Amino acid sequence: MSDDVKDIPTLVPFLKHENDKPYLAGSKCGACGHVYVGDRSICAKCSARGKMQSVRLAETGKVYVYTIVHRSFPGVETPFVDVIVDLDDGAHLKGTLRNVKPDPDAIPFGLPVKIVYYEVKPVNKPDTLHLTYAFEPA
Amino acid sequence: MSDVYIAGTDMIRFGRFPERTVPDLAAESALLALDDAGLTIKDMQALYCGNLGQASGMVGQRMLAEIGQTGIPVTNVANACATGATAFRDAWMAIKAGVYDIVLAVGVEQMGKGLLGGGAGGPSTEGLIGSGTMPAMFSHVGMEHARKYGTTFDQFARVSVKNHWHSTMNPKSMYRKETPLQEVMAAEMIAWPNTKLMCSVNVDGSAAAVLVSEAKMKQLGLQDRAVKVRASVMSSNPFQERQLAMPDFSAATRLAAKSAYEQAGVGPGDINLIELHDCFATAEIVHYENLGICADGDAGALINSGDTQLGGRIPVNVSGGLLSKGHPLGATGIANIYEVATHLRGKAGQRQVEGARFGLTHVVGGGPGMGTACAIHILEKV
Repeated sequence: MSDDVKDIPTLVPFLKHENDKPYLAGSKCGACGHVYVGDRSICAKCSARGKMQSVRLAETGKVYVYTIVHRSFPGVETPFVDVIVDLDDGAHLKGTLRNVKPDPDAIPFGLPVKIVYYEVKPVNKPDTLHLTYAFEPA
Repeated sequence: MSDVYIAGTDMIRFGRFPERTVPDLAAESALLALDDAGLTIKDMQALYCGNLGQASGMVGQRMLAEIGQTGIPVTNVANACATGATAFRDAWMAIKAGVYDIVLAVGVEQMGKGLLGGGAGGPSTEGLIGSGTMPAMFSHVGMEHARKYGTTFDQFARVSVKNHWHSTMNPKSMYRKETPLQEVMAAEMIAWPNTKLMCSVNVDGSAAAVLVSEAKMKQLGLQDRAVKVRASVMSSNPFQERQLAMPDFSAATRLAAKSAYEQAGVGPGDINLIELHDCFATAEIVHYENLGICADGDAGALINSGDTQLGGRIPVNVSGGLLSKGHPLGATGIANIYEVATHLRGKAGQRQVEGARFGLTHVVGGGPGMGTACAIHILEKV
């Protein structure tokens, strides 16, 4: 990763950086405790208003389910592993799982994973570096 | 409130018609359904038209420009894969409310080939933050079932074997070719565990239905062809723990199924055939449980048993389903209603479910970051 991430756009709005350090922004409902990915003001679970607190999401979790994507849109390298992860703070996050063999026998449900940040040029913006995240086995 | 009946219904054979227009495709099934009822567009008091691809294009009015501009009110509807069923339900509600006593509902779609899904502008996250494709989304749905209950690749694949076999008996299906288990499992892997033969077919199509009040049905003497709508129900996605990461189709289906059985006053054991939303083979498996035709965790055993094939205890998708008949998004909801109505009239030919009295149709759609639309109808032989 380059030294100065603050000038690099992030791939998704909930990926932010402060003092050059990336983090995933979330929201926690003060009424029911549900943790959301990204900023929000009203709780979809319990409908509470004005109770949402900004939090930084956990950077470790466990694979809930996965699929191995072999056919994607033009220009996207395949296969890749698409996982739904239960983060250790109760949030749920979709992402790409790197550093595993794209084989069902190699990816157990519940696999412990961690978040890594890296820079990439998206397939439809090949000239612009973007900051993004991925999962790797912890 | 009056009971509501289907007085006429039909669909075009699904296929690829790039040289035709969306209103033209809609007009063909509208005329077929009117002919089926022995009526004309001049008899219709309102039109409900479902289409997704040209949702802002006033497809209903353009269709009337092709078959007769009588000045009736037109409501154009878009609601993901429940679009056609939503148009049908709006028509049903208008009669229930006593506003009209005879209306037309049409669903139509013209689609390209290829993958559906993906983002709405901005830098593409595809491959970097998982996948936005529909196959990946519904593979997660299947893998959740595998995680909970140990469902296997071959059990998911058997859904495609069954539905492709059914389609050989349906002259209105896009594909009419048997696919043995080995062929389904060896086909190109799209997103584990769904191979290409376990993904629904993008096709062009349309379907239509004429709905009438009980008084109108008797006045017109249509009892011999009428099918009674016993339940018409919709739902959206209730809050689910993982909904932002993983769209949920099961909770909405369970909510709608419970309401539909209550409204109809029947249970899953009374239903003789089902057309459910098999957009991917993995989806059919979870909907067996969502619609209550087996206990949670038993769907893998149910597909293995053969009970959901023609001749079994509860035949599912005898039309060939979305997997083989094809899935023209806005038309699918009414095409399913056509299929079930045809069985209840005893006119389904080689694929007829013998003695069918009650049938259920189900569609559910949506996408990542959007939400879910589900519609269920229960129909009864008159």
